[in-house]
Amino acid sequence: MSDLKALYQEVILDHNKNPRNFKKMEDADCSVEGYNPLCGDHYTVFLKMDGEVISEIAFQGSGCAISKASASVMSTVLKGKTRAEAEEWFEKFHHLVRGEMKGETGIDELGKLAAFSGVSEFPARVKCAILPWHTMKNAIEMKKETVSTE
Amino acid sequence: MRSKNKKPHLNPPLKGEETKERMVLSKNIISSYTESILDTFSVEKIRRDFPILASRVYGKPLVYLDNAASTQKPASVIEAIRHYYTTEHSNVHRGVHYLSELATQKYEAARVKVQKFLNAGSEREIIFVRGATEAINLVAATYGKKNLKPGDEVLITGLEHHSNIVPWQMICEEKGAHLRVVPIDDNGDIILDEFNRLLSGKTKIAAISHISNALGTVNPVKQMIEMAHRKGVPVLVDGAQAVPHLRADVRDLDADFYVFSSHKVFGPTGIGILYGKTQLLESMPPYQGGGDMIKSVTFEKTIFNDIPYKFEAGTPHIEGAIGLGAAIDYLNLFDWNRVQEYEQALLQFAEGEISAIDGLKIIGTAKEKAGVISFVLEGIHPHDIGTILDREGIAIRTGHHCAQPVMQRFGIPATARASFAFYNTREEVQALVRSIQKVKEVFEHV
Repeated sequence: MSDLKALYQEVILDHNKNPRNFKKMEDADCSVEGYNPLCGDHYTVFLKMDGEVISEIAFQGSGCAISKASASVMSTVLKGKTRAEAEEWFEKFHHLVRGEMKGETGIDELGKLAAFSGVSEFPARVKCAILPWHTMKNAIEMKKETVSTE
Repeated sequence: MRSKNKKPHLNPPLKGEETKERMVLSKNIISSYTESILDTFSVEKIRRDFPILASRVYGKPLVYLDNAASTQKPASVIEAIRHYYTTEHSNVHRGVHYLSELATQKYEAARVKVQKFLNAGSEREIIFVRGATEAINLVAATYGKKNLKPGDEVLITGLEHHSNIVPWQMICEEKGAHLRVVPIDDNGDIILDEFNRLLSGKTKIAAISHISNALGTVNPVKQMIEMAHRKGVPVLVDGAQAVPHLRADVRDLDADFYVFSSHKVFGPTGIGILYGKTQLLESMPPYQGGGDMIKSVTFEKTIFNDIPYKFEAGTPHIEGAIGLGAAIDYLNLFDWNRVQEYEQALLQFAEGEISAIDGLKIIGTAKEKAGVISFVLEGIHPHDIGTILDREGIAIRTGHHCAQPVMQRFGIPATARASFAFYNTREEVQALVRSIQKVKEVFEHV
């Protein structure tokens, strides 16, 4: 069970069960759908921007624990960040879940996102973890197309 | 096939005050009947024929419960392919030399084995294709091309795999025809009255699965074919999920087309079968052009070969056909009444054990089922179930099973699906149940 414990860490199970910022945002500046039809993960990410800053972020939808917790933790990390910072976090998160952490980023810096370090041992689940992030990236770039990571 | 209606001695009609007592009695009878079948079937001997079943995954014994996706191969099939390439290989229908004749003879002998396997009237009615999917595409593209006109209809059911939806959608779109879908009820049974109602003067073909891959429903195809024929509608039966569980008899069913994939019936991947009635096959235009499907070619005109070769363009999957033949030889070693009895007992045992898990719901509770248990766990996504089971050495499938309309019908994005073959055991079912409990532990301690 050790690999499984590394995957389903407390933070992930908690955010899966009690997702943060899990609501529809009626006055969003941009909302984008993320959908992986093969496994059925399906979310909408909502953003409200104040200039370059993400002033509000929320999401809705359903899917596996990894994708839902990823969306939830992402929403807590990115609130108040600028577009450029969000893109930096996007890159860091990708490196983390693909097991490609670069020397310059320590795992401590990642805070709650570090809970996703176990995903790299489960290649089939990487697509679940990154779906909300790709969806968010389209949203900050004001692209409307539905995102898939399958 | 298990029929909840056809075993009155096991399922007595229940009335009034007696009900509870008789239910307990009935459950005991079923359970001892099931137990005796599970005890006496020599499954361990069968397992030794399948080398892969002895392997370990993440240090745990492999429990392979993804048979509806693909079945494992007995040593005799693996050996037949090795033997073919070691001693018999050349191209078929081409050369006058020894090896070409030998390969041709083996390839054609495999066709005859398939003919007998399906009880087809002639080996000319057996066409080698890449799989059930290609077989359906072939019929849609040739029969459909010839017979569909604007306003015509193709009738399918709400249980179909994407392979028995999309080819029809494509030809309907091309021809201006309409795809009609017979609804299913909450148990996952086709609503036969609706099927009958939707068969109309405009229906040019009906395409129905013999057994549903997502839910395990065994459809009353013989009855449905009769209903269709009464209205002059030919029927294609998608037998991909049926052939590993029952002996299909195309003449008894009076199927106009019957298709299946070798890899789901213990043979190699990349080959499958289209059975079609001679008259229909002869009336259809060719599917692809190339070698083997022609009698003569000039730049002005090509004369097409006779069936089955008219539909087999290019060098075929020779070792695939030989491997499929070997799989059929292997299956012929068994008494299929016994095999079916065992599979039904195992399914019944598994449904009993699995449905007893708190918070678990089985999707698909049709009157007759074979080989498949699709389920959902409250609050836990099937994908997470699949990952945790995988680390326990248990292979199941999670997702929509290439049957998204079935998922939509039940209002769920996905299920976890355990699917069985005759080499699966009661102990494997118990391992599955223990691991599902582990899944719940992982998620419930938060």
